[in-house]
Amino acid sequence: MEYLSKLILLFISSALINNIVLSKTLAICPFLGVSKRVDTALGMGMAVTFVIAISSVITYIVHYAILVLLGIEYMQVIAFILVIATLVQLIEMIIQKTSPTLYSALGVYLPLITTNCAVLGVAIMNIQENYDLIQTLVNGIGVSLGFTLAIVLFAGIRERLELSDIPAHLQGVPIALITAGLMSVAFMGFQGLIK
Amino acid sequence: MIESILYPILTLSGMGLLFGVGLALAYKRYEVKVDPKVEAVREVLPGANCGACGYPGCDGFASAVVNGGASPSGCPVGGAKVTEDICEILGVEADVGEDMVAKVLCQGDMDRAKDKFIYTGVEDCAAASMLSSGPKACSYGCLGLGSCVKVCQFDAIHIDERGIAVVDVDKCTACGQCVNACPKGLIEMVPKKSFVQVMCISKDRGKDVRKYCDIGCIACRICVNACEFGAIEIENNIAKIDYDKCTNCMVCAEKCPTNAIYANFERRKRAYIDAEKCIGCTICSRNCSFDAIEGERKVKHTIIDDKCTGCGVCASKCPTDAITMGDR
Repeated sequence: MEYLSKLILLFISSALINNIVLSKTLAICPFLGVSKRVDTALGMGMAVTFVIAISSVITYIVHYAILVLLGIEYMQVIAFILVIATLVQLIEMIIQKTSPTLYSALGVYLPLITTNCAVLGVAIMNIQENYDLIQTLVNGIGVSLGFTLAIVLFAGIRERLELSDIPAHLQGVPIALITAGLMSVAFMGFQGLIK
Repeated sequence: MIESILYPILTLSGMGLLFGVGLALAYKRYEVKVDPKVEAVREVLPGANCGACGYPGCDGFASAVVNGGASPSGCPVGGAKVTEDICEILGVEADVGEDMVAKVLCQGDMDRAKDKFIYTGVEDCAAASMLSSGPKACSYGCLGLGSCVKVCQFDAIHIDERGIAVVDVDKCTACGQCVNACPKGLIEMVPKKSFVQVMCISKDRGKDVRKYCDIGCIACRICVNACEFGAIEIENNIAKIDYDKCTNCMVCAEKCPTNAIYANFERRKRAYIDAEKCIGCTICSRNCSFDAIEGERKVKHTIIDDKCTGCGVCASKCPTDAITMGDR
């Protein structure tokens, strides 16, 4: 029971309090790049969720079954990148075959996840925090849902910004960055959620 | 000792090999057949990924062409050649557009155009033109700071030693990036086969143009009267050539008092009469606006070299196709 409540706390903490984008400032590139429209943002969020959930489990296994066993933990980053890149390729192939609609909806964003630092960040964090396999999975899903939440909210705001009267020198990326900063401040409010 | 080197190498290369084989097997299983036409179209495209077609790169354009939605002539960079190739792949009739080339319509270089002030700010035309419309006295002139040079992906536009942007016709692909980059709107797409352009866009009155620049259009109407084909009009104090009507006779450029009209005289043509085909009907000499053809009825006609401007009207009127246009 205590373990279960620990998992729930871990989930809330990784999704809201330590939000990967707004509090840890990882995965900024898709956050800014793919947030012009809510539906593409949602697609990107789903793709990231999918990849992070699988990759965090597999990197966990690779770390403890291979790297620790051979005493070469320092190769962690390279090994993880290898795993993630392969995984993204594989997932892209499977989606292209099984669901062309989803594939064309995700489009170019799917291969972009390879270079999404959140994926590698979560994998490394899982190891640093000494999580076990279930905690790793929960953390991975929590982080990626947090990412999805942030990017969808951000895209919603940007859609409305498109229509508003913004001073010329702030149009485009500047106002987006200011918005992201304010969202980050807002997410700080979640700090008090867990004592 | 040796294992500290061996283990990481073996592990990583083993993982790499395993993943590689895994991916290759997965590819076999999950292979998606791509329309071979898309790949074929992609092959003939220039591959610059400049985005001038409005699609995300050449891949995007290729699939748009094959799946409908984009016209085969949608690639401005590839021009007529690529359009024909694409049409051949798709098996449709080619609708070849005219080959265009970018032209910077200003000749007011540092010797011929006066300056208002010395500009030492950011090296960018847009920035300079915001400051009281730039350092040139003429508010329409080329600032020569190279905003167009920066956007050109084909190295086809340069600032010459006299401080004016000049397009290299051979390298220009008509992608139109420079047209958008010029804050003065000085760059225009002109037909590649047109060798005469009004190299000025100043809407100032002639008196003011003279004050600012030695080579600007002063709207004197001499070219309008000189043009035998009604191809030039004055609009907003500036001469405009209708390229559909222009025959490249280059008379306007000869007559222009300020030399604001540029003509590439090296490309001027001349009519040649094939004496065997000529039947002496005098149709050509009656249609020649420049009295450049002499000859009595039933006598073979001859071209007067000095008077012929290479407009090509005689060649189009000759009933026996005895006249051909050739280089001088």
